[in-house]
Amino acid sequence: MSQEEQTLKEKQEEPAPKQRSLLKRIFVRQGTRSVILVPILAVFTALVIGAIIILVSSPDVITAWRNFPQAPGKALSLTWITVRDAYLTLLQGAFGSPAGIAAGFQTWVQSGDSKALREALRPFSESLTISTPYIFAGLGVALGFQGNLFNIGAEGQIFIGGLASVFVGYSISGLPWFIHLPLALMAGIAAGMVWGAVPGFLKARTGAHEVINTIMMNYIAFRLTDYLLSGPMARPGLPITPEIKTSAYLPLLFGQPMRVHWGFILALGAAVLVYWFLWKTPIGMEIRMTGQNLHAARYAGVSISVIIVLTMALSGALAGLAGTNQVLGVDHRLVRAFSSGYGFDSISLALLGNSHPFGVVLASLLFGFLRGGAARMQSVAGVPVEIIRIIQGLIIVFVAAPEIIRSLYRLKEVKKTGPVVAQTTEQS
Amino acid sequence: MPPVLELRGVTKTFPGVLANDHIDLTLNEGEILALLGENGAGKTTLMNILYGLYTPDEGEIYIRGEKVSIHSPSDAIARGIGMVHQHFMLVPVFTVTENVMLGNEATRSGIFLDRAVVAERVREISERFGLKVDPDAHIEDLSVGAQQRVEIIKVLYRQADILIFDEPTAVLTPQEVDDLFEVIHSLVKQGKSLIFITHKLNEVMSIADRIQVLRNGKVVGTTTPDQSTEASLASMMVGREVILEVEKKPAKPGEVVLEVKDLLVRDDRHLLAVKGISFQVRAGEVLGVAGVQGNGQTELVEALTGLRKVEGGQVTILGQETTTASPREITEVGSAHVPEDRLRDGLVLTLSVADNLVLNTYYQPPFSKGMSLKREEINKAAEIRVEQFDVRTPSVSVPVSNLSGGNQQKVIVAREFSRPIKLLIASQPTRGLDVGSIEYIHKRIIEKRDEGCAVLLVSPELEEVMSLSDRIAVVFEGKFLDIMPAEQAKREKLGLLMAGVQESVKEAVAA
Repeated sequence: MSQEEQTLKEKQEEPAPKQRSLLKRIFVRQGTRSVILVPILAVFTALVIGAIIILVSSPDVITAWRNFPQAPGKALSLTWITVRDAYLTLLQGAFGSPAGIAAGFQTWVQSGDSKALREALRPFSESLTISTPYIFAGLGVALGFQGNLFNIGAEGQIFIGGLASVFVGYSISGLPWFIHLPLALMAGIAAGMVWGAVPGFLKARTGAHEVINTIMMNYIAFRLTDYLLSGPMARPGLPITPEIKTSAYLPLLFGQPMRVHWGFILALGAAVLVYWFLWKTPIGMEIRMTGQNLHAARYAGVSISVIIVLTMALSGALAGLAGTNQVLGVDHRLVRAFSSGYGFDSISLALLGNSHPFGVVLASLLFGFLRGGAARMQSVAGVPVEIIRIIQGLIIVFVAAPEIIRSLYRLKEVKKTGPVVAQTTEQS
Repeated sequence: MPPVLELRGVTKTFPGVLANDHIDLTLNEGEILALLGENGAGKTTLMNILYGLYTPDEGEIYIRGEKVSIHSPSDAIARGIGMVHQHFMLVPVFTVTENVMLGNEATRSGIFLDRAVVAERVREISERFGLKVDPDAHIEDLSVGAQQRVEIIKVLYRQADILIFDEPTAVLTPQEVDDLFEVIHSLVKQGKSLIFITHKLNEVMSIADRIQVLRNGKVVGTTTPDQSTEASLASMMVGREVILEVEKKPAKPGEVVLEVKDLLVRDDRHLLAVKGISFQVRAGEVLGVAGVQGNGQTELVEALTGLRKVEGGQVTILGQETTTASPREITEVGSAHVPEDRLRDGLVLTLSVADNLVLNTYYQPPFSKGMSLKREEINKAAEIRVEQFDVRTPSVSVPVSNLSGGNQQKVIVAREFSRPIKLLIASQPTRGLDVGSIEYIHKRIIEKRDEGCAVLLVSPELEEVMSLSDRIAVVFEGKFLDIMPAEQAKREKLGLLMAGVQESVKEAVAA
């Protein structure tokens, strides 16, 4: 195709907004059906490909297939068993074993002793615990996306939020929990807010791209953590902060050994709050207007620079809460690399959740369950944890490039609706 | 001899829309066929089918009696079909020759570009058809009219003999339109056949051999200029009687609403685009600003509405200085703005019709109270405005991108006109709209004037400025060349002013 034709084709297919960023092409609603269908099919396809990789990487299966002419039945059954075992253990690792849960439930009903039930539900609780920071950070990135701002700095904001909360958590003592815990939470929110607002301010003031500046802020956060853990905030001789006071703990929801804590409820609350804020308040409307069409927002009298700083600050605050959540709910202290990439994964989650708060919650639960189940899959079925990483990666690729899914499943292209194409190409 | 081009029963549906419904079309050798229709009538879809951008669901295409199927623009070009696009597809920093070669590069020994050969062909084509284009000129140095001629050369260089012109006059001055028509006549004289897409009636009358009218994806009739009048064509297009002349009473100008003194504004490249403009607009009158696009109108309007920084001078609205005011402050003074580019500035396409109807009032009661948007109030107001302004939409909650161009513009007009406004700044309010919508919006503008609103109308459409304005200013290279009462503004005089020719200068030369 010549260059002229190509530009022509593009012109036909992308009529309406003049400057469509990559972000917008991904996030502009393309009809509800495809919004829901594509992620589901993406997950399914990724699991199928994951199964193929599991098979190919298993020496037993390969040997069985080498001997296929002699023993075809064995090759087929081994293939089936390998995949089944891998995904069954994944499920059990994520949710717990149904038999165990049933037995535990029975004891609880009969004797009132919930210990066995809690023990059986532990995998489920672990998955929810892993999901929680994902939800916070994913909401942060999604809020940025709604304002057409790409907050890559969630990871750094998590560190800063964690640092602030842990400091408030261990340095103050003698407070009742209902003062200490909110104080520690607020500290994390405020710190994340500042870390997000700085790149926002730089963008609003100088036009410096937020992607560059959030990345730079990440490095500052990482090195600041290193420094504080090498002395000022460290225990003597150890790169670990002191334990926070129990008055700053996010309490467990059900008690040991289930680690799921009130942070999970807070995360769900945050999702509802973000939804309300974006769609039911004037400021939320300004963020979405600015995100969808900066020029029209300016025309409508929105102060773009204020909105950019605000969006980044709120995005940072939510990501900061992810760090706070880990420190107050799970670790109760802060170690180097305590976040293990939640911030970067959260970008994928916002993408997978179509930048909608509820979508982010679902995506985070999915990733939490995948990660929660992976350990058991490795120990029981002998499938390396990395498979889960591959599956996560594939899901993201398919969601980011929905054309693959659409052509694979022969979905109709929803974007190219008649009226829009017909009119906009005729306007002068 | 079979016709050069024949379409039989061409049908194309998009989800939910029948864009072309069994269209038959015949183009004879050496003929100019005007394809006339409102926006959304299916003209462009039909031409995109012909150019290989869409595949028809049904129907056949014959070229010189031979049945063909066209799957891509390269197929179309190979069959001798060429398209002159409304939006030029040229690389500004390349020369004419380089632009002509692009995508079809001539080479020496397969490696080196052979500019000389192409330049020679360009010169040849240019002379043969009277196109007056220098092959070595850079595109960015050429006028809009000349750039369009480069587009024509591109098509001719690829040996097209069926030429499709898609709304070619939208960007031209009246004089450039005359030049274009001359070129078109010389093309036809030398055996080319032409399809001329437009919704401008006067052009059709003056240039077409035959006229085919489309409405709602169907052919409603084929006629010739001799057998029709502008009014009869308009009613064919719209499907009802259309009042082409805007009926209005004499203006009753009142107090000064907008006063501009020595305004200086820079464009995006930091060059002065508005170079000391001064004028007043009074309550109850329409001041029209005529001029070819790109002479500072955009910057002028943006400066007045607070979207662009004012470099120097003073702007006063109702006695209140607004030179450095923000868009919101200016809106709150009682000023309304119908922006030049509705898709860029006027609407957020992904938001609903209801949201777009409160795009600049959403934060005020009753639409907002404290920290929450009052969804019911917004929807209720939207229902009323959709009804009042006859916006055709399935519901107020669909994204405004689902609406046709005319209805999108009505959304903007409904939003701006239903506020209590004292000043209306309308920039190209009917750009790209169909006859029916133009008629409607013109009527509403005059209504606002009669209610005592001051109106500043900026438009490159001379007809529009002449029919709506009480006084007319002509802008050229960032300056007002003249402001005159509408009665004294003759088409020729305005045309010359738009081209920068001042009568006093001309007289001086003549003397």
